[in-house]
Amino acid sequence: MTADTLLERITDYASRPDPWPLYAELREAGPVVPQADGSHLVGTYHEIVALLHNPRISADPRSSSRTTTESAEALTPPFLRQDDPEHHRLRTLAMRPFGPPHTPGRIDAMRGEISRITEDLISSLRDRDQIDIVDDVAYPLPVTVICRLLGVPREDEPMFREWTDVLVASADIGPGQDTAQRDEAMGQARQEMGQYLVNLAEQRRGRPTDDLLSAFVNEPDPALRLGDALAETAILLLIAGHETTVNLITNGVLTLLRQPDQLDHLRRDPDLMPRAVEELLRYEPPVHMRERIPLADVNFAGTILPQGSSVILALASGSRDPKRFHEPDRFDPARPDNEHLGFGSGVHLCYGAPLARIEAQTALGALLPHLATATLTQDPPPYRTNAMLRGPRHLTLRLRT
Amino acid sequence: MPGDLKEGRIVVVGASLTGLRAAEKLREEGFTGSLTIVGDEPHPPYDRPPLSKQVLFGEVPANATALPMRRDPEAEWRLGVRATGLDTVGKRVLLADGEPVPYDRVLIATGTRARPWPNAQEAALDGVLTLRTCDDAALLAERLAAGPRRVLVIGGGFTGSEIASACRERGLDVTVAERGPAPLVGALGGTLAKLAAAMHRNHGVDLRCEVTVTALRGHGHFTGAELSDGSRVDADVCVVAMGAVRNVEWLAESGLAAGPRGIACDAGCRAFNMYGIVTDDVFVAGDVSRFPHPLFDYQLLSLEHWHNAVEQAEVAAHNMIHPEPLRRPHLAVPAFWSSQFGLNIKSVGVPTFSDHVVIAQGSLEARRLAVVYGYRGRVTAAVTVDMAKSLEYYQDLIETAAQFPPVAGASDRPPAAEVPIPSDVPDPSVLYHGPTVALTGHLPDRRLAMMRPAV
Repeated sequence: MTADTLLERITDYASRPDPWPLYAELREAGPVVPQADGSHLVGTYHEIVALLHNPRISADPRSSSRTTTESAEALTPPFLRQDDPEHHRLRTLAMRPFGPPHTPGRIDAMRGEISRITEDLISSLRDRDQIDIVDDVAYPLPVTVICRLLGVPREDEPMFREWTDVLVASADIGPGQDTAQRDEAMGQARQEMGQYLVNLAEQRRGRPTDDLLSAFVNEPDPALRLGDALAETAILLLIAGHETTVNLITNGVLTLLRQPDQLDHLRRDPDLMPRAVEELLRYEPPVHMRERIPLADVNFAGTILPQGSSVILALASGSRDPKRFHEPDRFDPARPDNEHLGFGSGVHLCYGAPLARIEAQTALGALLPHLATATLTQDPPPYRTNAMLRGPRHLTLRLRT
Repeated sequence: MPGDLKEGRIVVVGASLTGLRAAEKLREEGFTGSLTIVGDEPHPPYDRPPLSKQVLFGEVPANATALPMRRDPEAEWRLGVRATGLDTVGKRVLLADGEPVPYDRVLIATGTRARPWPNAQEAALDGVLTLRTCDDAALLAERLAAGPRRVLVIGGGFTGSEIASACRERGLDVTVAERGPAPLVGALGGTLAKLAAAMHRNHGVDLRCEVTVTALRGHGHFTGAELSDGSRVDADVCVVAMGAVRNVEWLAESGLAAGPRGIACDAGCRAFNMYGIVTDDVFVAGDVSRFPHPLFDYQLLSLEHWHNAVEQAEVAAHNMIHPEPLRRPHLAVPAFWSSQFGLNIKSVGVPTFSDHVVIAQGSLEARRLAVVYGYRGRVTAAVTVDMAKSLEYYQDLIETAAQFPPVAGASDRPPAAEVPIPSDVPDPSVLYHGPTVALTGHLPDRRLAMMRPAV
């Protein structure tokens, strides 16, 4: 097989459990590997980082020369998929109540609550012989956390989870499946959720509670308000922070169960957990690929990346590049110099990274005592179809007591 | 022979960032011999960047910036002891206090000190300060906390500007006197200096450019200063921020190529002697060194940068314990940062090695931009203001000697991105603030590296 079918082979559902040999092939064929459909695939660390920092490479789907028919996509994408200066403006506004420099303590202050939510979830599983890490822990935890952070009242959390289910499921229809159906379901859920969030934010206007929506609508300086971008931004925070964290926690459990010596190591030395989570972000990251679009013909590493074409950056491959990481296919929670691409790099570096870290550290830390006697019922587990945001659909464990 | 290099006696003169990182690296790479670290300050190694920022805001005490140790360097620490000479024939470091310390290899990392006010009597007035050490910072922070009527800062370089910024942060009136046309012009050139001047003024700094301070006044206590334009500034505190002086005097009799711009060394951190012959057992790193850099025509650079201190220390340490074929060059692209008036300023390359600049991204109006510097049609530096994540791209352009002006296409490119304007870097001798990056020519001979004092 030739390298120009690599993207097709990677996205093929059969590759989901083990895309790593394909990534190795990609790096070998690289650094820039043209695909039969006119796109380019990049899987080497330094080249990915260079493209993520290149101001002539766009994250905005509207830069594409292909006409998109994604009706579910709002006219103005969320800041994740916009370029500077508008991306910077919106991201900075969204950051004001979330992190430094204006609110440096917010996420750290949530540690206690995140621990409590986790403990509640885990203690409800006490009498079960078999649990599904995805449905029972990894999925509900981040939704609950983001609801609290945004300021969604607890009685509305179930409704929120329904919308999220639809959005996550509809984003997970594989190639060749009916996209019209996906678009419709997603569009409706998005619209309802957006409307709900806007209404909720309205209720907070003048009556702020300590949450992001309140902060967004009660900003005294009109220039610092999100305005029309409020709904889109709130949905972004919910979806982007949620799908990925589910996979991070689930991949973490899977990895530790596959490597009992490392599980044991962590149980003996729980202080290693923050570094173990960094290693997970490198070794089994939730985000495998991101798409970028050149704003001009960009001459890069000896290849012209045409304006408006699709450039797929295989972040997960970059994090296993032997030219950057020593023994990249080894899971080593004590790995030094671990500047992985799990959160991307450049201006779009993951906004929610501090929250994701705490969630994963907390969830895995709380699960550790239970994992010693747990076994996987199925390995590899069934995966979601999505190749870009890769993770198990279920991860069923048998718990022995 | 290679085995021998991992043993023996190494002395590191200088116990700040460079000395510490070198010592750690020596042990990390397997040096098992004896290691002595000599430092003239009584404190264990500490970090200096916070001294002009968090310490002056009152957020962090001056004695709380100790550098974390990556590992125990297992060294004999001789702190509070000044080195007074280097006997390169007898291979001994002479100390002000105690027996000479013999060495097989020595690393010189004595850094710089604050340039003092040239009139010793005026400099001795209570309230006339400089800022370099943590003791300096403690004293200045204490004086700022006492609520002086006004602070006079002499020199609008990075340190002077950060001090002025801290004063405004604390609500104190502050005057900055700069001999050149604008703050930071020596390091960043004309375009960003205009922004710097606007930031000073927008934040309420009384900025006086193209003036010199002719006299400091007071009886025992500093009360004000006379300026060359005939005006007078009444103030309770005066901070002399006129750049740094290399700590090389102790090497006057050593025979090394040590001069006001530092000690010349090769790209592998080996010191040159005064005849331009490279030594094999005397190494130099950090602010006190001058080293050739291929990206800048092999001119000897002298840098006062945190990042350079770390990188060069590691190269020096590696080379001290490896034979010639395994030695590494110090090729790191110079980089530094500053935070002042709410802005984050970061630089890569050598902005003073330029003839033209373009604003490649963002705008001066938005206070958020990337300025790219070029020399004879290639990219040699870039400075970002509140746009640090863009810097890495420009570092690639510098490392690959990419064409200047850089190709267009950024989404946040201003309309005039292709129109180079003169970089407008003045002769350092007309400034109060020395550039923190200095190109010092090609020759190691100290007589040719002489710099006239600014005042």
